[in-house]
Amino acid sequence: MSPRSVKLPAPGPLLTRGGWSAFMVALLVVCAVAPVLNLMVPKDSMFHLSDYMVGLLGKIMCYAICALAMDLIWGYTGILSLGHGLFFALGGYVMGMYLMRQIGTDGHYKSELPDFMVFLDWKELPWHWALSDSFIATVLLIVLVPGALAFVFGYFAFRSRIKGVYFSIITQALTFAAMLLFFRNETGFGGNNGFTDFKRILDIPIATQGMRMTLFVITGLTLLGFFLWAKWLVGSKFGRVLQAVRDAESRVMFCGYNPLPYKLTIWTISAVMCGVAGALYVPQVGIINPGEMSPANSIEIAIWAAVGGRATLIGPIVGAFIVNGAKSILTVSFPEYWLYFLGGLFIVVTLFMPQGVVGLVRRWRGGPQARRGPEQAPAATSAATAAARDDVPPMVAVPAEVKA
Amino acid sequence: MRPHNFPSLIRCLCLCLGMAWLLSAMPARALTADDALALVEGGVADRIDALNRLAGAPDERAAALIRAMAAREVQVHEGRVFISGADGVRDAVTGEPAELPEGAQDVMVNNRMRGALQGALAALDLIGAPPARQREAAATLQQRAFDEPDIDMLPLIERALAGELDEAARASLLMAQAAVLLDSEDEARRLEAAVKLGGARQPVVRPLLLQQIERESSEEVKAALRQSLAALERSLQRNAILAQVFSGVSLGSILLLAALGLAITYGLMGVINMAHGELIMIGAYATWLVQVAFKQWLPGWFDWYLVAAMPVAFMSSALVGAAMERSVIRFLYGRPLETLLATWGLSLVLMQGVRSLFGAQNVGVENPAWMSGSVTLLGNLTLPWNRLFIIAFAGLVLLGVAMLISRTRLGLFVRGVTQNRPIAACMGVNTARIDTYAFALGSGIAGLAGCALSQIGNVGPDLGQSYIVDSFMVVVLGGVGQIAGTVYAALGLGVLNKFIEGWAGAVLAKIAVLVFIIVFIQKRPQGIFAFKGREA
Repeated sequence: MSPRSVKLPAPGPLLTRGGWSAFMVALLVVCAVAPVLNLMVPKDSMFHLSDYMVGLLGKIMCYAICALAMDLIWGYTGILSLGHGLFFALGGYVMGMYLMRQIGTDGHYKSELPDFMVFLDWKELPWHWALSDSFIATVLLIVLVPGALAFVFGYFAFRSRIKGVYFSIITQALTFAAMLLFFRNETGFGGNNGFTDFKRILDIPIATQGMRMTLFVITGLTLLGFFLWAKWLVGSKFGRVLQAVRDAESRVMFCGYNPLPYKLTIWTISAVMCGVAGALYVPQVGIINPGEMSPANSIEIAIWAAVGGRATLIGPIVGAFIVNGAKSILTVSFPEYWLYFLGGLFIVVTLFMPQGVVGLVRRWRGGPQARRGPEQAPAATSAATAAARDDVPPMVAVPAEVKA
Repeated sequence: MRPHNFPSLIRCLCLCLGMAWLLSAMPARALTADDALALVEGGVADRIDALNRLAGAPDERAAALIRAMAAREVQVHEGRVFISGADGVRDAVTGEPAELPEGAQDVMVNNRMRGALQGALAALDLIGAPPARQREAAATLQQRAFDEPDIDMLPLIERALAGELDEAARASLLMAQAAVLLDSEDEARRLEAAVKLGGARQPVVRPLLLQQIERESSEEVKAALRQSLAALERSLQRNAILAQVFSGVSLGSILLLAALGLAITYGLMGVINMAHGELIMIGAYATWLVQVAFKQWLPGWFDWYLVAAMPVAFMSSALVGAAMERSVIRFLYGRPLETLLATWGLSLVLMQGVRSLFGAQNVGVENPAWMSGSVTLLGNLTLPWNRLFIIAFAGLVLLGVAMLISRTRLGLFVRGVTQNRPIAACMGVNTARIDTYAFALGSGIAGLAGCALSQIGNVGPDLGQSYIVDSFMVVVLGGVGQIAGTVYAALGLGVLNKFIEGWAGAVLAKIAVLVFIIVFIQKRPQGIFAFKGREA
């Protein structure tokens, strides 16, 4: 291993002065500017924020939350999850169940039950829909369902010390299996079609401009709140251990730490964040179906984080906006080329931009060292990268300790 | 000359079915007027009796009459029977041309009669026909005997059995004979039939036996029937299990083909190639292109296009793989997570590339003629040729890879570089070139997999996506770096999947297998992964 500085940086403030200013601006934009531009400014004005844009930005903010969650687990802990789409979809499905119950008897079949159950000739709600009438229970479940699944899965995986690509691949298998399960009508989640056609949330009509704006503001606040929380987490002692685990897990263990609780905690937090993002996503987009669990979606979350810059927190948010912004433009005007662009992005970012957009900006502003905040980790390096520097192929890697 | 009052409907039928007439346009021998009348008039049961009697020992005139009946070309008028075929109206008994009298009536053929006619026709066809036609006719007769066992069919069947017969046709006829014997008055013959039917391994015999047990009067025969039923059920059950094992092995060989290339790139080289599925897809498209080329320029050799497609599929995937390795992957050695993302990007590009070139629709790959159809073993165990081909092909590819890795210079280098890259480099091995070769080899095997998979499934731009999760599961379960492990994992997963599928359905089986792998890996990571040292 290359020798690394052992000087411990002192814990700095949560955000720098400039950081706080930027944060306040973002807060203002979300809570005041956007609502005013959308609701108050007349439609024909050039400053009017269209409903389409509100929906799009709201959706992208949900994605940004996912990217943030991915950054915590991948950028800071070095664990690449290819199953985060599952947690996102689970949060979405919990919310979707509540929204389906809110339709009441206004569905196509005018029944108490959701339409798809009438269609399947079911007479009563299945047991797992028991809590879907209560909003409070729904909010709790949005946190608990992805959290519990992540906790159980993570416990077994991390206890067995599954890591690296193996972990990635089994998380991918997990979301793939869940997708197959949710595609079945018998599972009770609407099968192929999932949930759609929502009417109300908290008995308020969902398709109004006011409601859309409310959801937008809530999403924005959640994103900013999660950002601050994540910032605090990675700056804390807990966060430092995470980064140590990422860079040299064996050494962390030799220092007397058990990595399991650290990994498990951040993994669960990350899953919960994704679940919340999914729950905010569904009422804004108006549909949830098992396609959200496809492995491709989960991998896309990773590319948002990578484009923005891993282990920077702000990077993944920026990345989510860049990639999804490009997606909404390209899929409309050049649908043929979107996949070329996305595929190319995966290749270019991994080959030429290991630190993403944030890394580029830092280099442009005078080298990575100059601008690195005290709470920020050295650029994303995984244990595997360290192994690569020693020019040992990973499969037959002799542990560094043995060689030394 | 055709009479002017010839009904137009009949004329149409004559045009369509006139061939039957040509066969029978020979001098008459011994069909009597009474026989002919018995066949066309009276109660249906009596007519069927007459039919079976005639078909049991037919002469040309009787055969012609039966054929004409089946084609509805028979009229009757005042005790005379006429056949109005393509070459005009003839007297059914003499075969001489005749005028169709005014008021002649079409002979009625109801469903029951038609069934009997088909049986009789099949019996007529059996004699001297080519083997394929014999088998078909025997199957019709057997079907008829099982549907409605009638002792009167016996002479007809026995006459057919006396002739020269294809083996499969004879087996069918023996079963048909046993079935009609159940209808016999003679207890001894019924007993004989009951015992004989125990040897049948076809599911259709089951309802027949059950029905006969219901109405059988003799206790002895009843006991024999029960015994036969039990034997039949045992054999059916055994065959069901064998069929499941076969489909499991078949699925396993597909998994093996899909995963074998991955076992090289991932298992030996440590490269996570998410574009592996797309390399399979490219192999399948190469096969399709070869097929199109053969259709265009070498239609006579179409059945052998697959032989030409194999090297083409191998080479095209290998070239794409080599290009991928040279341009992207070699910069990412030792960074598996980055490799994963970059190759995922490559897979998207390849998929969209194929979509742009050949369209988003599936393309049609036809099986060569020798691969369609199936072979039937042990009664009702049907093994499709294309599945058998895939199993054999997977075995050959496996053998080839094993030989290549263990016996050739390239294999030696690959193993050397895998085990210790710096030392191999010190020994003068050009490790970068070996990496490219090994990656191209793994990709080429994916191409071969695509060539094989094109024979059993759809070929479209998304082909690879459906195999990528499965093939990674196989490699991970089998243990990284071991080809033998891949084989066990592929076959084991295939058989396990098919057995769970038997009682839980395809989707649940797939989920159960995935969950099983996840649990298994968590339980035994050391046993599965080739981790070495304390890092594990």
